[in-house]
Amino acid sequence: MNLIVEREKGLLELERRIADLRTANVSQPVDMSAEIAALQAKYEELQREIFGSLTPWQKVHMARHPNRPTALDYISQLDRFDELHGDRMFRDDPAIVGGFALLRGRPVMVVGEQRGRDTKENIKRNFGMVTPEGYRKVQRLARTASRLGLPIVTLVDTKGADPGISSEEHAQSEAIAKCLVEFSEARTPIVAAIVGEGGSGGALALAIADHVIMLEHSVYSVASPDAAAAILWSDATKAEEAAARLKLTAADLQQFGIIDEIVPEPLGGAHREPALVVGKVLGSVSLALQRLSEMPVEALREARYQKYRRIGAWQKERPEPIGSTR
Amino acid sequence: MAMPEWLRSRRGKNAEARDAALWSKCPGCGEVLYRRDLAANQFVCTKCGHHFRMGAHDRINMLIDGDFHEIGAEVQPGDPLGWADKKTYAVKLAGDREKSGLSEGVVCGLGAMDGFEIALGVMDFHFRGGTMGTVVGERITMLLEEARKRKLPCIIFTASGGARMEEGMFALMQMAKTTAAVTRFMDEGNLFVTVLTDPTTGGVSASFAFESDVIIAEPKAMIGFAGRRVIEQTIRQKLPDQFQTAEFLLEKGHIDMVVNRHDLKAALVRLLQYAAGKVVAS
Repeated sequence: MNLIVEREKGLLELERRIADLRTANVSQPVDMSAEIAALQAKYEELQREIFGSLTPWQKVHMARHPNRPTALDYISQLDRFDELHGDRMFRDDPAIVGGFALLRGRPVMVVGEQRGRDTKENIKRNFGMVTPEGYRKVQRLARTASRLGLPIVTLVDTKGADPGISSEEHAQSEAIAKCLVEFSEARTPIVAAIVGEGGSGGALALAIADHVIMLEHSVYSVASPDAAAAILWSDATKAEEAAARLKLTAADLQQFGIIDEIVPEPLGGAHREPALVVGKVLGSVSLALQRLSEMPVEALREARYQKYRRIGAWQKERPEPIGSTR
Repeated sequence: MAMPEWLRSRRGKNAEARDAALWSKCPGCGEVLYRRDLAANQFVCTKCGHHFRMGAHDRINMLIDGDFHEIGAEVQPGDPLGWADKKTYAVKLAGDREKSGLSEGVVCGLGAMDGFEIALGVMDFHFRGGTMGTVVGERITMLLEEARKRKLPCIIFTASGGARMEEGMFALMQMAKTTAAVTRFMDEGNLFVTVLTDPTTGGVSASFAFESDVIIAEPKAMIGFAGRRVIEQTIRQKLPDQFQTAEFLLEKGHIDMVVNRHDLKAALVRLLQYAAGKVVAS
């Protein structure tokens, strides 16, 4: 059950009533403008009440909202897209969509994690949980982009890497590890946008980048809150508590220096105005690419190395001060 | 409390602790082993050959001849999220320090192995389940950077339950940091070997553990990305016993060799000889 979908129900009902009244107002002689205005005010108040400040757990549900724009919604707004398929070894993983594209006139390689909106599509896309074959497709696309000097754009949206038997048999660890290697080494600018859920290593596999963007209500965490609760307390029902403790919101992560930019969402979430949000994200990606493309490749790679080199929170053991006691 | 009772409880506690230090029960065959015999046999059960989890310093003593110059010992954990559940993170860490005798989950440094100067990192499961937080990532990165500077081969022993939850995204980012360091190190023609010990999972298996030239595992070690429990919950069925063992991974082509602990040093030295181009025919 999605918390946001539940909370939206009353709002959507009000929306329908306002629309009905508006239609009726045109065709009927009685003026209902006052009633419409009153309902509209109530609607806006309710919307602020519900979405004015979301808890981390509510944001997790916002990130998982069935209508939230997915990777393909972004890709469909590119000027051109030529999809490439398969890992050249075993299978084409539908949870990864990637290929050549034109973004605001610039040739790029785009790679995204794709979940489904309904049960049928979710089964096809494995709920956006990528298998080793998917990560190997990512690797080969990244290698091609690096060789050709094409900037890489990634769209991150996954609960986590697929945890099944066949994924273990096909070396899920190795597949993710080698994605990290490819993105660390790539001789081309990389921009990552976390547009939904950024779950654990399965998300990081596409998120080592020179510039990392997050949508305001996206989340990005060391493990999904459900998994973290199971690991920490052997109790997946404590996911809400885990969500609060893990500091997985865009604001937290920007403060930590782990992400670089937040793209705001309209009140009520990205799915309320998908075209607007998709345009804003693509605009931010494009701006970042423009800046990064001006850097010499070696400087770019050195800056990427230093960026990740710095992330951490540790302290140096203070040596005993000399001669401080007299 | 009455005096005799107090004395009894004191004595009971001490005796228990002493017994625990003296004897270990083998998880493989159930045999109760004298701790000193076990240590003398490199923590391998004298009856069934089960490989016990080893402490980092025991491991280093087993491999390194002479001095070991530690790297990154001054790097100590912070508490970036201000974590507290039933206990605060600081209290948890203090407990692990006491239990393991270590300041964090990995010991790194330089030393000699059969005449070869090497950079060696050894993770220890007894500290927070070998989980990777900032300190583990930082020390491993420092080790790889030092090895790169000195053009030394690097060997890392892994033992890890994955990323450390209490450090949140800082922990996940150590996968990126260590990978970048591995990549730079390997780019310059240096040998990188990882030895996967029981267990190696999650964020460690999905980063430097599987990025090396040669991957060795100890017999029966549990190695995988997702934990057994997670997979069983997902597929709602029991997994076969062999699943995710070192032997299973060898058969599937994920690792190069499974080596018994008694033969491990010799196997590593042979690799160092190939990398140095100094194989002396005997």
